[in-house]
Amino acid sequence: MILDGTAVVIDADDVNTDLLYPGPYLNIDDPEQMKHHLFDGLDPSLRGELTGDTVLVVGENFGGGSSREHVVLAMKAWGVRAVVGRSFARIFSRNGINLGLPVITCPEAVAAARPGSAIRIAAERGLVEVDARRFQVPPLPPFVLDMVRRGGLVPWVRARLAERG
Amino acid sequence: MPHTLAEKILIAHSEVEDLAPGDIVQVRCDLVLANDVSGPVAFTAMERMGADRVFDPDKVVMVADHFMPAKDVRSAELQQRLREWSHRQGVHFFDQGRGGIEHAVLIEEGFVVPGMVIAGGDSHTCTYGAVGAFGTGLGSTDIACCLALGEFWQSVPGTIRVELEGRPAPFVTGKDVILAVLSQIGVAGGTGKVLEFSGPGAASLTMDERRAAANMAVEAGAETGLFPADEVTAAYLDGRAGRAWEVLRSDPDAELAGRLGVDLGGLEPLVARPPSPGNVAPVAEAAGRPVHQVYIGNCANGTITDLRQAAAVMKGRKVQRGTRMIVVPSSQRVYRQALREGLLEIFLDAGAVVSTPTCGACFGGHMGILAPGEVAVATTNRNFTGRMGSDRAEVYLANAWVAAAAAVAGEIVDPAAVVGEGSP
Ligand code: SF4
Repeated sequence: MILDGTAVVIDADDVNTDLLYPGPYLNIDDPEQMKHHLFDGLDPSLRGELTGDTVLVVGENFGGGSSREHVVLAMKAWGVRAVVGRSFARIFSRNGINLGLPVITCPEAVAAARPGSAIRIAAERGLVEVDARRFQVPPLPPFVLDMVRRGGLVPWVRARLAERG
Repeated sequence: MPHTLAEKILIAHSEVEDLAPGDIVQVRCDLVLANDVSGPVAFTAMERMGADRVFDPDKVVMVADHFMPAKDVRSAELQQRLREWSHRQGVHFFDQGRGGIEHAVLIEEGFVVPGMVIAGGDSHTCTYGAVGAFGTGLGSTDIACCLALGEFWQSVPGTIRVELEGRPAPFVTGKDVILAVLSQIGVAGGTGKVLEFSGPGAASLTMDERRAAANMAVEAGAETGLFPADEVTAAYLDGRAGRAWEVLRSDPDAELAGRLGVDLGGLEPLVARPPSPGNVAPVAEAAGRPVHQVYIGNCANGTITDLRQAAAVMKGRKVQRGTRMIVVPSSQRVYRQALREGLLEIFLDAGAVVSTPTCGACFGGHMGILAPGEVAVATTNRNFTGRMGSDRAEVYLANAWVAAAAAVAGEIVDPAAVVGEGSP
């Protein structure tokens, strides 16, 4: 699984899900409407940089706080392909993985990335390239990789239910 | 092999015979929870999974709490969907006027006993650690998986032991215990870990105070915050628990991921300054900050204990001119109890607003939103920028003594200065 994209950098630590998608919009359940509120608490102009092949590059402890999946649904609705960060809060990284959005911890890649950098991710091999500079990370655990490859938890559960008959 | 309490609970809920931190296992849920915000998103995911029925309706609880009572048409539609889905599936459903804030309802109504695994579509599902249960917050797709299969994937967390010593001084509560922990390990120090509160000091924390402490484990990034069951737990569950339970504890030689200590006797009332629950300081350091709104409520600190503390401050006193006070009992049960005890009358006499149980303004939804430039003291768990309204408003987190004292003084103040030393 190789994935190419262009970096959009959120250069801050502890960016929580309230900033990424504020509470007042939690009464929206359609991702196509959610996406218009992504980054509202942070910098709404960032939405204009999401070009359909975006890899978000983020800081420490990204996505802490509320479990709101609206954040990842909205990112997916803009075509965000992966998130590379210095570190992630637990529920955010689960939500990403569950929705088939690779969430990769690689501080060196974050340090190397600039807005517009070309990013390539080979998740099986634990490889992140930033403008052709290579960084090695521990490969995703087999279970997680399997799920991301299938497109997330929805197809994974579908397959489990089919096995059960 | 010796194990921590969290590991023992996970072993009992998985197919594996043994496990260690970092292993990924499938964990069976005893209870699956969602609300008017996370539920509908999960229902859509469940449909896409091709699952028509929940794995076991008796193990599913839905609670309308975030935008309840519905604040607008969109919120009303979400609650309508939650209601119709719940009736169709035959699950437990706490509608408007029947329950309150989810994490208060499940504990108070006896759904939670020690040793359970509870998967909740809400990050504060960690509150159930207060009762010795592995409650953990998940996103809506995870919840859809739990609804369909009755299980979720989980990377086994290490355990950080929080050793509690001594007895808390007056005006120091469970809120201050978790704020003290946050001041030590910060907002990411618990990532991939469980906090386990133990030591001789644990016995002096009531169940309501444990709820406040466990509730904010996620503010340290932790999966849950466990209080191993003891006499306090047993007394609380007597006549309340909906099922049998047994006492589980960490083995004395279990490997820990970390240790820290909190001397309850040495604690003073604390606040978390905006915009992070990890910005902790003694109340004295924030004293004098003018306060426009005081909010007593939320799943952590809207308990009867909090309302009693706030009422003890407000009795015979008034909310300062220029300051507003909102009291939100966390459940119908707490509301009724407060009514019976005359607490609501004390709040009304003081000039406070008493709201129906709801998440309300805690997450900036409705019922008490802040204007730009305003400062609030809230017994809630998050003070992020924009959390309670304007991104130019500020929220200080504190216990109910500190919050109520701020309402009387119109500024942040040590509650002892309002109530008098040692009177509680
Ligand atoms: S009271 Fe606040 S923190 Fe608790 S569940 Fe409701 S919105 Fe979340």
